Amino acid sequence: MKHYEVEILDAKTKDKLCFLDKVEPNATIGEIKSMFHKTHPQWYPARQSIRLDPKGKSLKDEDVLQQLPVGTTATFYFRDLGAQISWVTVFLTEYAGPLVIYLLFYFRVPFIYAPKYDFTTSKHWVVHLACMCHSFHYVKRLLETLFVHRFSHGTMPLRNIFKNCAYYWGFAAWMAYYINHPLYTPPIYGEQQVTLALVIFLFCQIGNFSIHITLRNLRPPGSKTRKIPYPTKNPFTWIFLLVSCPNYTYELGSWVSFTMMTQCLPVAFFTFVGFVQMTVWAKGKHRSYLKEFRDYPPLRSPILPFVL
Amino acid sequence: MASSEEDGSVEEKENNNKKRSKSAIATAWLTFYNITMTAGWLVLAVAMARFYIQKGNHRGLYKSISRTLKFFQTFALLEVRASFLRIFMVWFVANSIKQIQNEESVVLFLVVWTVTEITRYSFYTFSLLNHLPYFIKWARYNMFIVMYPLGVAGELITIYTALPYVRKSGMFSMRLPNKYNVSFDYYIFLIIVMLSYIPLFPQLYFHMLRQRRKVLHGEVIVEKDD
Repeated sequence: MKHYEVEILDAKTKDKLCFLDKVEPNATIGEIKSMFHKTHPQWYPARQSIRLDPKGKSLKDEDVLQQLPVGTTATFYFRDLGAQISWVTVFLTEYAGPLVIYLLFYFRVPFIYAPKYDFTTSKHWVVHLACMCHSFHYVKRLLETLFVHRFSHGTMPLRNIFKNCAYYWGFAAWMAYYINHPLYTPPIYGEQQVTLALVIFLFCQIGNFSIHITLRNLRPPGSKTRKIPYPTKNPFTWIFLLVSCPNYTYELGSWVSFTMMTQCLPVAFFTFVGFVQMTVWAKGKHRSYLKEFRDYPPLRSPILPFVL
Repeated sequence: MASSEEDGSVEEKENNNKKRSKSAIATAWLTFYNITMTAGWLVLAVAMARFYIQKGNHRGLYKSISRTLKFFQTFALLEVRASFLRIFMVWFVANSIKQIQNEESVVLFLVVWTVTEITRYSFYTFSLLNHLPYFIKWARYNMFIVMYPLGVAGELITIYTALPYVRKSGMFSMRLPNKYNVSFDYYIFLIIVMLSYIPLFPQLYFHMLRQRRKVLHGEVIVEKDD
């Protein structure tokens, strides 16, 4: 069996960083990353980007050495992706924040509102309902992160956790401040408005969860395969006929209904910003589906049926 | 012209001509725009100087130039980058809070803006015309060292002086309870604006310093070789 030699150069300076000899032809990039990590302990595999060309795309961990367009002496280029943090850690942190923060405002802990309101409760039942819905939503997200989602990437850059937490925690505080305020004004159309909002909210929560389960079942445990999602026996998944990313559609629906329930402008604003971001993600995902699968159903839109 | 004939198909030549004429239009517009802005800020500078020479002090200076200032600064909305803070200062601070219009700090930032903008627009104009006198380049990359901190001082002092009037009048603010369940305190907003100078100003300043080193440092090396 012919062994390969692998040299790894810095993508920017072209300095020779590492030379590995007697590498098995069926070694994967992942294994090469581990070997590189031994010679440079500060660069753990998750922060290594290995490519064939200094400006090219990163090679995947599963790629096999002998299947790459390289000679028996393979030259790879390395870029440091910076400190990395696992997706699970980021999700858990960014979702735990809003859960706790909202409750601080709901229970009116001291130093938020005037002292005479400390530890009092709102006299409006919609405020209690809103707290239950908001808390339910984030508990659901935490449980999905732990037990449902299967992530394609293990890690993301460390600075993302600060950005993401600032967004989620900041908005949660801003919304919770007004909804739980002693001077809160309940919705104009009263019980009708709140009940309708609650129904839509629950519908969308179940819908969103159904989609997450369907997507999980597309992917065997430990794998990173990608398949086209299709409607199942669960009616909440029939929306796949019209939309590529119905998880975002349902999520938008949840927040629109929460806005209706609380009639609070900061909630509307949060919904809008979330909508913009999810549309960007949905369009990206839709485009990758189209690129990867020749037989992708043509009737589907990224996030809103027929519209967007 | 010979090379485009060698390129062959008529279609390609037409496309090349379209591309050339599009960038020619863009250049023409940019040149016109920059000449106009240079002229506008020169007008402002002259007006301010005349006022001061005639009156001897700065009382009423802001009022006399305010229309021209508003016009040219708003016109510069076409340059999204630098505009936001300027628009804010002109419309939401100076224009809305009459009591601060005679403050020295207002004159300070007006003078700074005027000098900076004249330099900046002449720099762009001459660059577009491919005939950039060295002193303009020198001015653009050296004046800011003094101008930026002075301008920031003028702006911050102005906002700070405006605070009590904002507090008293409750302008641009919305209180609870209301049916949108939101509130906005312009006073606190202004304080946040002032605090945001702390991260933003050093970034901008050091960026300009780095640009300066790149541009002027390169120039020095060439001269040495000559």
